[in-house]
Amino acid sequence: MSAAPATPPPASADGAGEQDRLGLLLVPPRHRPAWRLIPARVAAMCVVELQKLRHDRTELYTRAIQPALWLIIFGETFTRINVIPTGGIPYRDYLAPGIIAQSTMFIAIFYGIQIIWERDSGVLTKLLVTPTPRAALVTGKAFAAGVKAIVQAVVVVVIAALLGVSMSWNPLHLAGVIAAVLLGSAFFSCLSVTIAGIVRTRDRLMGIGQAITMPLFFASNALYPTTSMPDWLRVISAINPLSYEVDALRGLLLGVPSHLTLDFAVLVGAAALGITAASALLGRLAR
Amino acid sequence: MSDDGLPEEAAVTCTGLRYSFGRATAVDGLDLTVGAGEVFGLLGPNGAGKTTAIRCMTTLLPVPSGMVRVFGHDVAKDRMRVRRLLGYVPQQLSADSSLTGRENVSLFARVFDVPRRERAGRVAQALEAVGLAEAADRMAGTYSGGMVRRLELAQALVSAPRLLILDEPTIGLDPIARTGVWEHIMAVRAASGMTVLVTTHYMDEADQYCDRVALMHLGRVRAVGTPRRLTDDLRARLGADASPTLEDVFRDVAGSGLDGADHKGGEFRDVRRTRNTASRVG
Repeated sequence: MSAAPATPPPASADGAGEQDRLGLLLVPPRHRPAWRLIPARVAAMCVVELQKLRHDRTELYTRAIQPALWLIIFGETFTRINVIPTGGIPYRDYLAPGIIAQSTMFIAIFYGIQIIWERDSGVLTKLLVTPTPRAALVTGKAFAAGVKAIVQAVVVVVIAALLGVSMSWNPLHLAGVIAAVLLGSAFFSCLSVTIAGIVRTRDRLMGIGQAITMPLFFASNALYPTTSMPDWLRVISAINPLSYEVDALRGLLLGVPSHLTLDFAVLVGAAALGITAASALLGRLAR
Repeated sequence: MSDDGLPEEAAVTCTGLRYSFGRATAVDGLDLTVGAGEVFGLLGPNGAGKTTAIRCMTTLLPVPSGMVRVFGHDVAKDRMRVRRLLGYVPQQLSADSSLTGRENVSLFARVFDVPRRERAGRVAQALEAVGLAEAADRMAGTYSGGMVRRLELAQALVSAPRLLILDEPTIGLDPIARTGVWEHIMAVRAASGMTVLVTTHYMDEADQYCDRVALMHLGRVRAVGTPRRLTDDLRARLGADASPTLEDVFRDVAGSGLDGADHKGGEFRDVRRTRNTASRVG
Protein backbone atom coordinates (compact mmCIF):
# COMPACT_ATOMS: atom_id res chain seq x y z
CA MET A 1 0.00 0.00 0.00
CA SER A 2 1.54 3.27 -1.03
CA ALA A 3 1.83 6.27 1.24
CA ALA A 4 -0.03 9.44 0.35
CA PRO A 5 1.96 11.98 -1.66
CA ALA A 6 1.88 15.56 -0.45
CA THR A 7 -0.04 16.93 -3.42
CA PRO A 8 -2.71 15.09 -5.39
CA PRO A 9 -2.14 15.00 -9.14
CA PRO A 10 -4.62 16.81 -11.37
CA ALA A 11 -7.05 14.34 -12.91
CA SER A 12 -7.72 15.62 -16.36
CA ALA A 13 -7.09 18.33 -18.89
CA ASP A 14 -10.66 19.57 -18.28
CA GLY A 15 -9.52 20.76 -14.90
CA ALA A 16 -6.62 22.84 -16.23
CA GLY A 17 -8.68 26.04 -16.41
CA GLU A 18 -9.95 25.52 -12.90
CA GLN A 19 -6.44 25.05 -11.53
CA ASP A 20 -5.50 28.73 -11.65
CA ARG A 21 -8.79 29.76 -10.08
CA LEU A 22 -8.48 27.14 -7.33
CA GLY A 23 -4.70 27.26 -6.94
CA LEU A 24 -4.63 27.32 -3.14
CA LEU A 25 -7.21 24.54 -2.89
CA LEU A 26 -4.88 22.09 -4.61
CA VAL A 27 -2.23 22.18 -1.90
CA PRO A 28 -2.94 20.83 1.59
CA PRO A 29 -1.85 23.10 4.46
CA ARG A 30 1.32 22.11 6.28
CA HIS A 31 0.95 20.33 9.61
CA ARG A 32 1.31 22.36 12.76
CA PRO A 33 3.63 20.95 15.39
CA ALA A 34 1.63 19.07 18.04
CA TRP A 35 2.42 21.60 20.78
CA ARG A 36 0.75 24.38 18.79
CA LEU A 37 -2.49 22.46 18.21
CA ILE A 38 -4.22 23.29 21.50
CA PRO A 39 -3.53 27.07 21.43
CA ALA A 40 -4.54 27.17 17.75
CA ARG A 41 -7.82 25.33 18.38
CA VAL A 42 -8.56 27.45 21.46
CA ALA A 43 -8.08 30.57 19.32
CA ALA A 44 -10.30 29.16 16.55
CA MET A 45 -13.17 28.37 18.95
CA CYS A 46 -12.87 31.71 20.75
CA VAL A 47 -12.96 33.60 17.44
CA VAL A 48 -16.20 31.79 16.51
CA GLU A 49 -17.75 32.69 19.86
CA LEU A 50 -16.82 36.37 19.41
CA GLN A 51 -18.17 36.37 15.85
CA LYS A 52 -21.48 34.99 17.12
CA LEU A 53 -21.64 37.63 19.84
CA ARG A 54 -20.94 40.33 17.27
CA HIS A 55 -23.80 39.14 15.06
CA ASP A 56 -26.36 38.79 17.83
CA ARG A 57 -26.08 40.71 21.10
CA THR A 58 -29.57 39.81 22.34
CA GLU A 59 -28.16 37.15 24.66
CA LEU A 60 -25.77 39.71 26.12
CA TYR A 61 -28.62 42.03 27.10
CA THR A 62 -31.04 39.38 28.37
CA ARG A 63 -28.33 37.71 30.43
CA ALA A 64 -27.60 41.04 32.16
CA ILE A 65 -31.08 41.17 33.68
CA GLN A 66 -30.73 38.45 36.31
CA PRO A 67 -27.42 39.60 37.83
CA ALA A 68 -28.74 43.16 37.83
CA LEU A 69 -31.78 41.99 39.82
CA TRP A 70 -29.60 40.09 42.28
CA LEU A 71 -27.43 43.14 42.88
CA ILE A 72 -30.23 45.70 42.94
CA ILE A 73 -32.95 43.83 44.86
CA PHE A 74 -31.14 41.18 46.91
CA GLY A 75 -27.98 43.25 47.37
CA GLU A 76 -29.68 46.49 48.34
CA THR A 77 -32.17 44.78 50.68
CA PHE A 78 -29.55 42.76 52.55
CA THR A 79 -27.27 45.79 52.73
CA ARG A 80 -30.07 47.51 54.66
CA ILE A 81 -30.92 44.48 56.81
CA ASN A 82 -27.21 44.08 57.60
CA VAL A 83 -27.44 40.53 58.98
CA ILE A 84 -24.73 38.83 56.94
CA PRO A 85 -21.20 39.16 58.39
CA THR A 86 -19.12 40.62 55.58
CA GLY A 87 -15.96 41.65 57.41
CA GLY A 88 -16.84 45.31 57.49
CA ILE A 89 -17.68 46.00 53.85
CA PRO A 90 -21.16 46.85 52.55
CA TYR A 91 -23.12 43.71 51.61
CA ARG A 92 -23.62 45.09 48.09
CA ASP A 93 -19.83 45.07 47.62
CA TYR A 94 -19.51 41.64 49.22
CA LEU A 95 -22.19 40.26 46.89
CA ALA A 96 -20.83 41.64 43.58
CA PRO A 97 -17.99 39.08 43.09
CA GLY A 98 -20.41 36.31 44.06
CA ILE A 99 -22.86 37.42 41.38
CA ILE A 100 -20.07 37.63 38.77
CA ALA A 101 -19.14 34.02 39.55
CA GLN A 102 -22.78 32.89 39.71
CA SER A 103 -23.86 34.48 36.44
CA THR A 104 -20.84 33.17 34.54
CA MET A 105 -21.40 29.71 36.03
CA PHE A 106 -25.03 29.77 34.84
CA ILE A 107 -23.81 30.38 31.27
CA ALA A 108 -21.19 27.65 31.45
CA ILE A 109 -23.36 25.01 33.08
CA PHE A 110 -25.70 24.98 30.06
CA TYR A 111 -22.87 24.92 27.50
CA GLY A 112 -23.44 21.19 27.03
CA ILE A 113 -26.79 22.03 25.43
CA GLN A 114 -24.91 23.89 22.72
CA ILE A 115 -22.67 20.85 22.26
CA ILE A 116 -25.70 18.58 21.91
CA TRP A 117 -27.20 21.02 19.41
CA GLU A 118 -23.90 20.95 17.51
CA ARG A 119 -24.01 17.14 17.61
CA ASP A 120 -27.58 17.08 16.26
CA SER A 121 -26.83 19.62 13.55
CA GLY A 122 -23.65 17.87 12.39
CA VAL A 123 -21.29 20.72 13.39
CA LEU A 124 -19.62 18.62 16.11
CA THR A 125 -19.41 15.60 13.82
CA LYS A 126 -17.53 17.64 11.27
CA LEU A 127 -15.17 19.12 13.86
CA LEU A 128 -14.40 15.62 15.13
CA VAL A 129 -13.20 14.68 11.63
CA THR A 130 -10.68 17.53 11.55
CA PRO A 131 -7.08 17.07 12.77
CA THR A 132 -8.10 18.13 16.25
CA PRO A 133 -7.49 15.79 19.19
CA ARG A 134 -10.59 15.57 21.38
CA ALA A 135 -8.78 17.19 24.30
CA ALA A 136 -7.89 20.15 22.06
CA LEU A 137 -11.49 20.43 20.87
CA VAL A 138 -12.83 20.34 24.43
CA THR A 139 -10.21 22.84 25.61
CA GLY A 140 -11.16 25.10 22.71
CA LYS A 141 -14.85 24.82 23.56
CA ALA A 142 -14.15 25.36 27.28
CA PHE A 143 -12.29 28.59 26.63
CA ALA A 144 -14.90 29.67 24.09
CA ALA A 145 -17.43 29.31 26.92
CA GLY A 146 -14.96 31.39 28.96
CA VAL A 147 -15.09 34.16 26.36
CA LYS A 148 -18.86 34.35 26.80
CA ALA A 149 -18.36 34.36 30.56
CA ILE A 150 -15.80 37.19 30.42
CA VAL A 151 -18.21 39.34 28.41
CA GLN A 152 -20.87 38.58 31.04
CA ALA A 153 -18.41 39.41 33.83
CA VAL A 154 -17.65 42.79 32.22
CA VAL A 155 -21.40 43.53 32.11
CA VAL A 156 -21.82 42.65 35.81
CA VAL A 157 -18.75 44.70 36.78
CA VAL A 158 -20.22 47.71 34.97
CA ILE A 159 -23.60 47.22 36.71
CA ALA A 160 -21.84 46.87 40.06
CA ALA A 161 -19.78 50.02 39.43
CA LEU A 162 -22.96 51.93 38.53
CA LEU A 163 -24.50 50.78 41.82
CA GLY A 164 -21.55 52.24 43.67
CA VAL A 165 -19.59 49.09 44.49
CA SER A 166 -16.00 50.16 45.12
CA MET A 167 -13.71 47.84 43.18
CA SER A 168 -10.03 47.73 42.35
CA TRP A 169 -9.21 48.92 38.82
CA ASN A 170 -5.60 47.72 39.06
CA PRO A 171 -4.87 46.11 35.65
CA LEU A 172 -3.09 43.18 37.31
CA HIS A 173 -6.10 42.53 39.53
CA LEU A 174 -8.42 42.76 36.52
CA ALA A 175 -6.22 40.28 34.63
CA GLY A 176 -6.55 37.98 37.63
CA VAL A 177 -10.34 38.41 37.52
CA ILE A 178 -10.34 37.40 33.84
CA ALA A 179 -8.18 34.36 34.61
CA ALA A 180 -10.44 33.27 37.48
CA VAL A 181 -13.61 33.67 35.40
CA LEU A 182 -12.01 31.83 32.46
CA LEU A 183 -10.90 28.91 34.62
CA GLY A 184 -14.21 28.71 36.50
CA SER A 185 -16.12 28.71 33.22
CA ALA A 186 -13.81 26.12 31.73
CA PHE A 187 -14.58 23.81 34.65
CA PHE A 188 -18.35 24.31 34.64
CA SER A 189 -18.65 24.08 30.85
CA CYS A 190 -16.63 20.85 30.89
CA LEU A 191 -18.84 19.55 33.70
CA SER A 192 -21.78 20.31 31.43
CA VAL A 193 -20.16 18.60 28.40
CA THR A 194 -19.33 15.60 30.60
CA ILE A 195 -22.96 15.32 31.67
CA ALA A 196 -23.99 15.81 28.03
CA GLY A 197 -21.72 12.89 27.11
CA ILE A 198 -23.51 10.74 29.68
CA VAL A 199 -27.16 11.74 29.16
CA ARG A 200 -26.84 12.62 25.44
CA THR A 201 -30.15 14.49 25.11
CA ARG A 202 -30.97 18.16 25.53
CA ASP A 203 -34.01 17.57 27.74
CA ARG A 204 -32.13 15.44 30.24
CA LEU A 205 -29.21 17.86 30.34
CA MET A 206 -31.57 20.78 30.87
CA GLY A 207 -33.14 19.00 33.84
CA ILE A 208 -29.80 18.09 35.39
CA GLY A 209 -28.41 21.58 34.74
CA GLN A 210 -31.34 23.14 36.55
CA ALA A 211 -31.04 20.63 39.37
CA ILE A 212 -27.36 21.38 40.06
CA THR A 213 -27.01 25.13 39.47
CA MET A 214 -28.86 26.30 42.56
CA PRO A 215 -27.16 23.79 44.93
CA LEU A 216 -23.77 24.83 43.51
CA PHE A 217 -24.68 28.48 44.06
CA PHE A 218 -26.12 28.12 47.57
CA ALA A 219 -23.39 25.71 48.67
CA SER A 220 -20.74 28.32 47.99
CA ASN A 221 -19.57 31.56 49.56
CA ALA A 222 -21.25 33.65 46.83
CA LEU A 223 -24.06 34.96 49.06
CA TYR A 224 -22.70 34.48 52.58
CA PRO A 225 -19.40 33.52 54.21
CA THR A 226 -18.75 29.84 54.88
CA THR A 227 -18.46 30.69 58.60
CA SER A 228 -22.23 31.25 58.62
CA MET A 229 -22.90 27.77 57.18
CA PRO A 230 -23.76 24.59 59.08
CA ASP A 231 -20.86 22.13 59.13
CA TRP A 232 -22.27 19.79 56.48
CA LEU A 233 -22.75 22.68 54.04
CA ARG A 234 -19.25 23.95 54.79
CA VAL A 235 -17.86 20.58 53.65
CA ILE A 236 -19.74 20.84 50.35
CA SER A 237 -18.57 24.42 49.92
CA ALA A 238 -14.97 23.30 50.44
CA ILE A 239 -15.18 20.95 47.43
CA ASN A 240 -17.17 23.38 45.30
CA PRO A 241 -14.90 25.18 42.78
CA LEU A 242 -17.35 28.10 42.72
CA SER A 243 -16.28 28.98 46.29
CA TYR A 244 -12.65 29.28 45.20
CA GLU A 245 -13.60 31.42 42.21
CA VAL A 246 -15.64 33.75 44.45
CA ASP A 247 -12.81 33.93 47.00
CA ALA A 248 -10.32 34.88 44.26
CA LEU A 249 -12.69 37.47 42.79
CA ARG A 250 -13.30 39.03 46.23
CA GLY A 251 -9.59 39.21 46.92
CA LEU A 252 -8.81 40.76 43.52
CA LEU A 253 -11.76 43.14 43.17
CA LEU A 254 -12.35 44.21 46.77
CA GLY A 255 -8.90 43.71 48.28
CA VAL A 256 -10.30 41.65 51.17
CA PRO A 257 -8.18 38.82 52.64
CA SER A 258 -8.28 35.77 50.35
CA HIS A 259 -6.27 32.68 49.43
CA LEU A 260 -5.24 33.43 45.84
CA THR A 261 -2.63 30.70 45.50
CA LEU A 262 -5.01 28.01 46.76
CA ASP A 263 -7.90 29.47 44.75
CA PHE A 264 -6.01 29.42 41.46
CA ALA A 265 -4.49 26.01 42.18
CA VAL A 266 -7.98 24.57 42.73
CA LEU A 267 -9.39 26.34 39.65
CA VAL A 268 -6.55 25.11 37.40
CA GLY A 269 -6.89 21.58 38.80
CA ALA A 270 -10.68 21.62 38.38
CA ALA A 271 -10.40 22.90 34.79
CA ALA A 272 -7.83 20.20 33.95
CA LEU A 273 -10.05 17.54 35.51
CA GLY A 274 -13.08 18.86 33.64
CA ILE A 275 -11.25 18.88 30.30
CA THR A 276 -10.03 15.30 30.87
CA ALA A 277 -13.50 14.02 31.77
CA ALA A 278 -15.24 15.88 28.92
CA SER A 279 -12.65 14.70 26.36
CA ALA A 280 -13.15 11.10 27.46
CA LEU A 281 -16.93 11.35 27.02
CA LEU A 282 -17.08 13.55 23.91
CA GLY A 283 -16.80 10.51 21.63
CA ARG A 284 -20.09 9.16 23.02
CA LEU A 285 -21.85 12.17 21.55
CA ALA A 286 -20.56 11.35 18.08
CA ARG A 287 -22.02 7.82 18.05
CA MET B 1 -7.01 1.45 -14.61
CA SER B 2 -7.67 -2.27 -14.39
CA ASP B 3 -10.26 -4.13 -16.48
CA ASP B 4 -13.09 -3.66 -14.01
CA GLY B 5 -12.59 0.11 -13.85
CA LEU B 6 -10.70 0.04 -10.53
CA PRO B 7 -7.77 2.50 -10.41
CA GLU B 8 -4.41 1.07 -9.37
CA GLU B 9 -3.96 3.07 -6.14
CA ALA B 10 -6.53 2.63 -3.38
CA ALA B 11 -7.96 5.66 -1.58
CA VAL B 12 -10.02 3.50 0.80
CA THR B 13 -9.84 -0.20 1.59
CA CYS B 14 -12.21 -1.89 4.00
CA THR B 15 -11.55 -5.52 4.85
CA GLY B 16 -14.04 -7.50 6.91
CA LEU B 17 -15.37 -4.35 8.62
CA ARG B 18 -18.00 -5.14 11.23
CA TYR B 19 -19.84 -2.71 13.48
CA SER B 20 -22.74 -3.34 15.83
CA PHE B 21 -24.91 -1.03 17.89
CA GLY B 22 -25.69 -3.30 20.82
CA ARG B 23 -27.28 -6.41 19.28
CA ALA B 24 -28.03 -4.74 15.95
CA THR B 25 -25.34 -5.35 13.35
CA ALA B 26 -25.07 -2.28 11.11
CA VAL B 27 -22.04 -3.33 9.06
CA ASP B 28 -21.53 -7.03 8.63
CA GLY B 29 -18.18 -7.90 7.04
CA LEU B 30 -17.76 -5.07 4.57
CA ASP B 31 -15.10 -5.53 1.89
CA LEU B 32 -14.63 -2.49 -0.28
CA THR B 33 -11.95 -0.75 -2.29
CA VAL B 34 -12.28 2.81 -3.54
CA GLY B 35 -9.63 3.70 -6.12
CA ALA B 36 -7.69 6.97 -5.96
CA GLY B 37 -9.21 9.69 -8.10
CA GLU B 38 -12.55 8.02 -8.78
CA VAL B 39 -16.06 9.13 -7.87
CA PHE B 40 -17.41 6.19 -5.96
CA GLY B 41 -21.06 5.80 -4.98
CA LEU B 42 -22.15 3.79 -1.97
CA LEU B 43 -25.80 3.00 -2.54
CA GLY B 44 -28.40 1.34 -0.43
CA PRO B 45 -31.69 1.83 1.42
CA ASN B 46 -31.97 3.31 4.92
CA GLY B 47 -30.36 0.94 7.38
CA ALA B 48 -28.05 -0.66 4.79
CA GLY B 49 -25.02 0.41 6.85
CA LYS B 50 -23.69 3.12 4.54
CA THR B 51 -23.50 5.89 7.14
CA THR B 52 -22.00 3.56 9.77
CA ALA B 53 -19.33 2.42 7.29
CA ILE B 54 -18.54 6.04 6.48
CA ARG B 55 -18.35 6.95 10.15
CA CYS B 56 -15.75 4.19 10.60
CA MET B 57 -13.76 5.49 7.62
CA THR B 58 -13.83 9.05 8.97
CA THR B 59 -12.60 8.01 12.46
CA LEU B 60 -15.92 9.01 14.05
CA LEU B 61 -16.51 5.41 15.09
CA PRO B 62 -13.86 2.93 16.18
CA VAL B 63 -13.09 -0.09 14.02
CA PRO B 64 -13.88 -2.96 16.40
CA SER B 65 -13.42 -5.70 13.81
CA GLY B 66 -11.71 -5.71 10.43
CA MET B 67 -9.41 -3.17 8.85
CA VAL B 68 -9.99 0.23 7.25
CA ARG B 69 -7.22 2.09 5.43
CA VAL B 70 -7.29 5.54 3.85
CA PHE B 71 -4.45 6.06 1.36
CA GLY B 72 -2.64 3.27 3.16
CA HIS B 73 -3.05 4.69 6.66
CA ASP B 74 -4.78 2.52 9.25
CA VAL B 75 -7.84 4.47 10.39
CA ALA B 76 -7.78 2.88 13.85
CA LYS B 77 -4.13 3.75 14.55
CA ASP B 78 -3.31 6.81 12.51
CA ARG B 79 -6.38 8.97 13.04
CA MET B 80 -4.80 12.40 12.80
CA ARG B 81 -3.02 11.60 9.54
CA VAL B 82 -6.22 10.18 8.08
CA ARG B 83 -8.23 13.23 9.12
CA ARG B 84 -5.77 15.54 7.35
CA LEU B 85 -6.57 13.72 4.10
CA LEU B 86 -10.35 13.98 4.51
CA GLY B 87 -13.05 16.45 3.64
CA TYR B 88 -16.37 15.37 5.14
CA VAL B 89 -19.91 16.57 4.57
CA PRO B 90 -22.34 14.79 6.90
CA GLN B 91 -25.96 14.09 6.09
CA GLN B 92 -27.27 16.82 8.39
CA LEU B 93 -27.10 20.48 7.33
CA SER B 94 -24.01 21.21 9.34
CA ALA B 95 -23.18 24.82 8.50
CA ASP B 96 -23.54 27.16 11.46
CA SER B 97 -26.52 29.39 10.72
CA SER B 98 -25.38 32.06 13.19
CA LEU B 99 -22.18 32.74 11.25
CA THR B 100 -21.67 34.15 7.74
CA GLY B 101 -20.64 31.87 4.88
CA ARG B 102 -17.10 33.23 5.02
CA GLU B 103 -16.85 32.70 8.80
CA ASN B 104 -18.09 29.12 8.42
CA VAL B 105 -15.34 28.33 5.91
CA SER B 106 -12.76 30.30 7.86
CA LEU B 107 -13.35 28.12 10.94
CA PHE B 108 -12.41 25.04 8.94
CA ALA B 109 -9.37 26.79 7.50
CA ARG B 110 -8.26 27.43 11.09
CA VAL B 111 -8.87 23.90 12.36
CA PHE B 112 -6.97 22.50 9.36
CA ASP B 113 -4.02 24.74 10.25
CA VAL B 114 -4.11 26.98 7.19
CA PRO B 115 -1.49 29.67 7.96
CA ARG B 116 -2.87 33.16 8.58
CA ARG B 117 -1.17 34.69 5.51
CA GLU B 118 -3.05 32.44 3.10
CA ARG B 119 -6.26 31.94 5.08
CA ALA B 120 -8.30 34.74 3.51
CA GLY B 121 -7.22 33.76 -0.02
CA ARG B 122 -7.95 30.10 0.50
CA VAL B 123 -11.36 30.80 2.04
CA ALA B 124 -12.22 33.13 -0.86
CA GLN B 125 -11.19 30.47 -3.40
CA ALA B 126 -13.24 27.79 -1.64
CA LEU B 127 -16.31 30.06 -1.70
CA GLU B 128 -15.62 30.95 -5.32
CA ALA B 129 -15.28 27.27 -6.22
CA VAL B 130 -18.83 26.58 -5.03
CA GLY B 131 -20.37 29.76 -6.45
CA LEU B 132 -20.87 31.51 -3.12
CA ALA B 133 -18.46 34.45 -3.52
CA GLU B 134 -21.34 36.94 -3.78
CA ALA B 135 -23.18 35.57 -0.75
CA ALA B 136 -20.06 35.03 1.37
CA ASP B 137 -20.82 37.76 3.89
CA ARG B 138 -24.47 36.89 4.37
CA MET B 139 -25.51 34.86 7.41
CA ALA B 140 -25.68 31.16 6.54
CA GLY B 141 -29.15 31.11 8.13
CA THR B 142 -30.43 33.09 5.13
CA TYR B 143 -29.08 30.58 2.56
CA SER B 144 -31.28 28.22 0.55
CA GLY B 145 -30.84 24.45 1.00
CA GLY B 146 -28.66 24.17 -2.09
CA MET B 147 -26.48 27.08 -0.96
CA VAL B 148 -25.98 25.50 2.48
CA ARG B 149 -24.87 22.28 0.81
CA ARG B 150 -22.42 24.21 -1.35
CA LEU B 151 -21.19 26.07 1.73
CA GLU B 152 -20.50 22.74 3.42
CA LEU B 153 -18.65 21.69 0.31
CA ALA B 154 -16.50 24.84 0.58
CA GLN B 155 -15.80 23.99 4.23
CA ALA B 156 -14.62 20.55 3.19
CA LEU B 157 -12.57 21.82 0.23
CA VAL B 158 -10.67 24.58 2.06
CA SER B 159 -8.10 22.06 3.33
CA ALA B 160 -7.48 20.52 -0.14
CA PRO B 161 -8.62 17.02 0.87
CA ARG B 162 -7.43 13.99 -1.08
CA LEU B 163 -10.63 12.18 -0.20
CA LEU B 164 -13.99 13.97 -0.12
CA ILE B 165 -16.69 12.00 1.69
CA LEU B 166 -20.27 13.13 1.23
CA ASP B 167 -23.15 11.48 3.05
CA GLU B 168 -26.39 12.01 1.09
CA PRO B 169 -25.27 15.43 -0.19
CA THR B 170 -28.37 16.12 -2.27
CA ILE B 171 -31.10 14.72 -0.04
CA GLY B 172 -34.18 16.94 -0.02
CA LEU B 173 -32.86 19.31 -2.71
CA ASP B 174 -34.80 20.25 -5.82
CA PRO B 175 -33.41 18.95 -9.14
CA ILE B 176 -31.73 22.25 -10.04
CA ALA B 177 -30.01 22.53 -6.67
CA ARG B 178 -28.95 18.86 -6.92
CA THR B 179 -27.36 19.49 -10.30
CA GLY B 180 -25.68 22.61 -8.92
CA VAL B 181 -24.11 20.68 -6.04
CA TRP B 182 -22.86 17.93 -8.35
CA GLU B 183 -21.47 20.35 -10.94
CA HIS B 184 -19.35 22.04 -8.29
CA ILE B 185 -18.13 18.69 -6.93
CA MET B 186 -17.17 17.54 -10.41
CA ALA B 187 -15.44 20.82 -11.30
CA VAL B 188 -13.22 20.74 -8.21
CA ARG B 189 -12.57 17.06 -8.69
CA ALA B 190 -11.50 17.68 -12.30
CA ALA B 191 -9.04 20.34 -11.13
CA SER B 192 -7.67 18.55 -8.10
CA GLY B 193 -7.93 14.86 -8.91
CA MET B 194 -9.35 14.17 -5.46
CA THR B 195 -11.26 10.99 -4.72
CA VAL B 196 -14.97 11.38 -4.02
CA LEU B 197 -16.90 8.84 -1.95
CA VAL B 198 -20.60 9.58 -1.85
CA THR B 199 -23.65 7.85 -0.42
CA THR B 200 -26.95 8.50 -2.11
CA HIS B 201 -30.45 7.17 -2.51
CA TYR B 202 -30.72 8.66 -5.96
CA MET B 203 -29.82 5.98 -8.50
CA ASP B 204 -29.98 8.48 -11.37
CA GLU B 205 -27.26 10.59 -9.72
CA ALA B 206 -25.10 7.53 -9.17
CA ASP B 207 -25.58 6.50 -12.78
CA GLN B 208 -24.70 9.95 -14.08
CA TYR B 209 -21.79 10.99 -11.85
CA CYS B 210 -20.16 7.91 -10.31
CA ASP B 211 -17.30 6.05 -11.96
CA ARG B 212 -18.14 2.99 -9.88
CA VAL B 213 -20.83 2.10 -7.40
CA ALA B 214 -21.24 -0.44 -4.62
CA LEU B 215 -24.73 -1.65 -3.78
CA MET B 216 -25.04 -2.21 -0.05
CA HIS B 217 -27.76 -4.12 1.71
CA LEU B 218 -27.98 -5.34 5.29
CA GLY B 219 -24.44 -4.31 6.10
CA ARG B 220 -22.70 -5.86 3.11
CA VAL B 221 -21.74 -4.97 -0.43
CA ARG B 222 -23.92 -7.06 -2.75
CA ALA B 223 -22.52 -5.83 -6.08
CA VAL B 224 -19.78 -3.47 -7.19
CA GLY B 225 -18.67 -2.10 -10.55
CA THR B 226 -19.30 0.63 -13.06
CA PRO B 227 -23.00 1.48 -13.46
CA ARG B 228 -22.72 0.39 -17.09
CA ARG B 229 -21.24 -2.96 -16.27
CA LEU B 230 -23.81 -3.69 -13.56
CA THR B 231 -26.73 -2.91 -15.87
CA ASP B 232 -25.10 -4.82 -18.77
CA ASP B 233 -24.64 -7.89 -16.57
CA LEU B 234 -28.30 -7.82 -15.57
CA ARG B 235 -29.37 -7.32 -19.19
CA ALA B 236 -27.31 -10.35 -20.19
CA ARG B 237 -29.18 -12.42 -17.64
CA LEU B 238 -32.65 -11.04 -18.38
CA GLY B 239 -32.35 -11.13 -22.16
CA ALA B 240 -31.47 -8.64 -24.86
CA ASP B 241 -34.95 -7.03 -24.84
CA ALA B 242 -34.64 -5.90 -21.25
CA SER B 243 -33.31 -2.41 -20.46
CA PRO B 244 -32.59 -2.54 -16.73
CA THR B 245 -31.68 0.56 -14.73
CA LEU B 246 -29.37 0.76 -11.74
CA GLU B 247 -32.45 0.55 -9.56
CA ASP B 248 -33.36 -2.78 -11.20
CA VAL B 249 -29.83 -4.00 -10.49
CA PHE B 250 -30.28 -2.99 -6.91
CA ARG B 251 -33.60 -4.82 -6.60
CA ASP B 252 -31.98 -7.84 -8.19
CA VAL B 253 -29.01 -8.04 -5.81
CA ALA B 254 -31.02 -7.16 -2.71
CA GLY B 255 -33.64 -9.78 -3.61
CA SER B 256 -36.88 -9.95 -1.70
CA GLY B 257 -35.12 -8.50 1.32
CA LEU B 258 -35.98 -4.97 0.20
CA ASP B 259 -39.71 -5.52 0.59
CA GLY B 260 -39.68 -8.48 2.91
CA ALA B 261 -39.84 -8.77 6.65
CA ASP B 262 -36.06 -8.68 7.12
CA HIS B 263 -35.74 -5.17 5.72
CA LYS B 264 -36.02 -2.80 8.63
CA GLY B 265 -35.76 0.35 6.52
CA GLY B 266 -33.34 2.01 8.91
CA GLU B 267 -33.46 2.82 12.57
CA PHE B 268 -35.90 5.45 13.82
CA ARG B 269 -32.97 7.82 14.38
CA ASP B 270 -31.73 7.41 10.79
CA VAL B 271 -35.14 8.12 9.34
CA ARG B 272 -35.66 11.10 11.65
CA ARG B 273 -32.28 12.53 10.69
CA THR B 274 -33.00 12.09 6.99
CA ARG B 275 -36.40 13.73 7.32
CA ASN B 276 -35.02 16.59 9.41
CA THR B 277 -32.38 17.29 6.80
CA ALA B 278 -34.90 17.06 3.97
CA SER B 279 -37.32 19.39 5.74
CA ARG B 280 -34.57 21.93 6.54
CA VAL B 281 -33.33 22.11 2.95
CA GLY B 282 -36.86 22.02 1.56
